[in-house]
Amino acid sequence: MHLFYKLGLGFWAALMSVVGHAGYAYNLPEPVTPIARETLHMHNLVMVVILIMFFAVFAMLIYSFYTHRKAAGHKAATFTGPTNRKQWLWALFPFALLFVIDYGVFGIPAYHAVVLYEDTKTDADLVVKVTGSQWMWQYEFPAEGVSYTSRLITPRDQIDNGAVKGENYLLEVDNPLVLPVNKKVRFITTSNDVIHSWWVPAFGVKRDAVPGFLREFWAKVEKTGTYRGQCSELCGKEHGFMPVVVKVVSQEEFATWLASKKPAPAAAAAPAAPASATAAATLPTLPAKAVVVAKAAQ
Amino acid sequence: MAHDMTHGLPVADAHGGHYTGGFVHWLETTNHKDIGIMYLIFGFIMLFIGGGMILVVRLELFQPGLQFVQPELFNQLITLHGLVMVFGFAMPAATGLANYMLPLMIGAPDMALPRLNNWGFWILPPAALMLTLPFFLGLAGVGSGAVDAGWTMYAPLSIQSGWGMDFAIFAVHMLGVSSILGSINVIVTILNMRAPGMTLMKMPLFAHGFLMTAVLLITIMPVFAGGVTMVLMDRHFDTHFFNAAGGGDPVLWQHIFWFMGHPEVYVLLLPIAGALPHVFSAFARKPIYGYKAQVYSFWSIAGLGLVVWAHHMFTSGMSFGSQIYFMYITMAISFPLAVLFFCWIATIWKGSMSFETPMLFALGSMVLFGWGGVTGLALSDAAADPQYHGAYFMIAHFHYAFYPTAVMGAMAAIYYWLPKWTGHMLNETIGKWHFWLTIVGFNLTFIPQFFVGLAGMPRRIPDYPVMFAEWNMLSSIGAFILGVSHIVFIYNVIRNVRGGEKAQDKAWEGAQGLEWTVPSPAPYHTFATPPVIK
Repeated sequence: MHLFYKLGLGFWAALMSVVGHAGYAYNLPEPVTPIARETLHMHNLVMVVILIMFFAVFAMLIYSFYTHRKAAGHKAATFTGPTNRKQWLWALFPFALLFVIDYGVFGIPAYHAVVLYEDTKTDADLVVKVTGSQWMWQYEFPAEGVSYTSRLITPRDQIDNGAVKGENYLLEVDNPLVLPVNKKVRFITTSNDVIHSWWVPAFGVKRDAVPGFLREFWAKVEKTGTYRGQCSELCGKEHGFMPVVVKVVSQEEFATWLASKKPAPAAAAAPAAPASATAAATLPTLPAKAVVVAKAAQ
Repeated sequence: MAHDMTHGLPVADAHGGHYTGGFVHWLETTNHKDIGIMYLIFGFIMLFIGGGMILVVRLELFQPGLQFVQPELFNQLITLHGLVMVFGFAMPAATGLANYMLPLMIGAPDMALPRLNNWGFWILPPAALMLTLPFFLGLAGVGSGAVDAGWTMYAPLSIQSGWGMDFAIFAVHMLGVSSILGSINVIVTILNMRAPGMTLMKMPLFAHGFLMTAVLLITIMPVFAGGVTMVLMDRHFDTHFFNAAGGGDPVLWQHIFWFMGHPEVYVLLLPIAGALPHVFSAFARKPIYGYKAQVYSFWSIAGLGLVVWAHHMFTSGMSFGSQIYFMYITMAISFPLAVLFFCWIATIWKGSMSFETPMLFALGSMVLFGWGGVTGLALSDAAADPQYHGAYFMIAHFHYAFYPTAVMGAMAAIYYWLPKWTGHMLNETIGKWHFWLTIVGFNLTFIPQFFVGLAGMPRRIPDYPVMFAEWNMLSSIGAFILGVSHIVFIYNVIRNVRGGEKAQDKAWEGAQGLEWTVPSPAPYHTFATPPVIK
C-alpha cells in the first residue's frame, strides 16, 4: 500500500507544480462590470464555504478510516440513530448550519444578485440588439440605424495546423462590437435560426438568443479594452467558431466610430422614428405575437 | 457475446431441465438472474462504446486546432456519448443490479412479471442499435451521421438535424418503453412479493432506492416520449410546437426535456444511494445508521427532483420569479442529500472498518459525489449560474455527480455482490489497482475542467483558444488513465468469473441481509419457499 501513497503524493506534487506555472487560469477573469464583480464575489464566497465544508468532512472521514479500522483492533459500536437529547442536537446541528448557509450566506446575496442581473429596464444609455445566426453575430444600434455582422477571421490553415496559431486564435473577428465605457448598455437579443448564447466572461453576462423571441440583459463596462468570449449554446457545426469580441472605448472615440458607421444621410433620413423607445419598433419582420410573448415573459 | 462472457456462470444448476443452452436460452429466459446478468453485460458494452467515443473527443481536445475529427463528427460523438452513457449504460446497469438482487434481498422467488422482464431487456439491444447505427453508417459514408444536437437535443437545432435525429427519437421511444416496463416490474415485485414479515419499513435500502427510481421513471418517461414525438412532428409534419413563426416556443422543449432530464439524475443516483449503505455497513461491521431517515430522504429527493428542472435554464431568459423559485427550491435538495451523507458517515463512524475493493469504491463514490453535490450549490445561484452554464465548470460538476454514483457506485455494488454471483472471491490487488487508477484518472480529467470552465471555455466546442491548452492536455491525459481503469475492471470481473478463492455463503464478514443466506454462487432458483422475517 505504501507504493500507492508515494505514487499519490508524487502525483499531487507534480500537479501542483504544473498549476503553479504561469498561464493556468484557475478563476473567473477580472470583472469589468457591476454584475461580473457581484458574480466573482459570490463565486469566491461559495467556493470558500464549500471547500471548507468538503475538506472538514473529508478530514473527519480520514480520521475515522485511521482510528476506526479493524486492522487497529477497533471494536464496532452498534448505534443506529440518535438516542438522547444531546445526540439529537448533534445530529440536527449540521442541518441548521446548512440551512443558514443555503438561505442566508448564499441565498440573500444571490437574491440581490438576481435583482441586479434583471435590472434591464432602468437608465439605459444605449440599446444594442444582438442577433445570433449560423455562424456569426449581428450587432445593431437601432437608434442610430447602424447594423453590421461580426465573423471569425482566424485563417483556416491555423485551425488545420498548417500555420502557427496567433495570440487571439479563434477569438478574433472582422467587426467587433464597439461600446462606450461607463455607459449602461441594454442588450436585446434574438436569433435567426437556432438558439445561440452570447457570453463575455469578463462582463459576467450570458443570455440565450432564442429565435422568434426577444431577451434582455445589460452591462456597464467600467474599463476600456478588448474583451473576448464565445457562443456558448451548441448551434451546429461551426459552434466553436463564432466568437464575441467587444471593444470598449471612451465616449468620444465611440461617437466618432458610430458616426463613421452611420449610413449616408439620405438613407438615414427615412427611418426617423425614435427607435430607442422600443426595440420592437425596429423589428418589423418579427411576428407581432412573438414580440408580445417576449414582453409577457418579462 | 453475452453467452461468451458469462460462460462460467452457474446458469445450469440442479434444475437443469430449464437450460436449453445457447443463444435461444438467453433470448427466452425469464429468470431474474439471467436477465440481470444480461442487463449488466449490455450496460458495460455500452459503457465502452460511450467511453470510446469520448476518448476520441479528448484526443481531439488534447491540443488546439482540428487534428482528428471535423466538427460534424465531433458533435455526433459528444451527443452519442451523453445518450449512450445515460440511457445505454447507467440505467441498464442499475436495472441489472435490481433484477439480480431485488428478489434475493426481499426473499422472492423471482420478479413478479418474468415475461415482461424478458421483453423489457430485449427491447434494449435494438434501441441501442437504432441510436448508434446512423453513426457507423455515417463513418462508412452512408447518410449524414448520427444525432448531433447534443444529448439535450435543443430545438430548433434538433429540427434542423439530419435523419440521425429520427433514429434517436425512435430509440428514445423504445428505451422509454423498456424503462417503464422495468419500473412497473420493480414496483409490483416490491409491493407484492416481499417475504412474510418484511414490512415496507424493514425492506433493504437498495429496494427503497430502486422503488423511488421506478416511480420517477414512470412519471418522466411518458413526458419525454411525448416531447420527442413533438420534435418528430415538427420535423416532418409541419407542426410548430417549437417554432415561434407558427406560434410555438423553442424554450418549451427545454422545459419538457429537463422535466425528464433533472429527475433522470436521481433515477441514476437512487439505486446507488440505496446500495452504498449496505456496503458501508458490511465493511464497518456495524448496522446501518438512520434507516428511516434515509428512506424519507429518498422520498424527498424523488419529490423535490420533480420540481426543480428549470435550474438548467437560468440563461434562457426566464422571468425573475421563476429564477428565484428554481434557485431556492434547488437549494432545498441539499437537505435530503445531507441527510444521506450524514447517515453514511455515521454508519462507518466508530465501526471496525476494513478496506476491501467494494468498500474503497463506496467510500470513493461518497467523497467524490460530495464534491459534485457542493459544487451544485454554486450552480444553484441564478445570477452566478450564467458564468458556469454551458461551460466546462458545469461539465466538471455533473461528471462529479454522475461518475462517482452511476459508475463507481455501480462498481462498488458489483464488487460487493460478485462473490454471490460467481462463487469466487475477488482479487484484491487488481481491485486496488483499479480503484487508484480510477481516482487518479477521474480527478485528473475533471479538476482541470473546473478551472478551464471558469477561465471561459464553452462546452461542446471541437477546437479552443490557445489559453485553454494546458488544462485540456491534462484533462485528456486523465481521461486515458480513466479509460484504462475500466479495462482493469473488466479483466478483474472476467478473472473472477473464471475462478478464484471459493466464497462463503456470507462472503463478507459484516454483510447483512437475505441474499447472504443462500449459497454462493446463488442457485438458479432461490427462495422457492419464502423465508420468514421476524
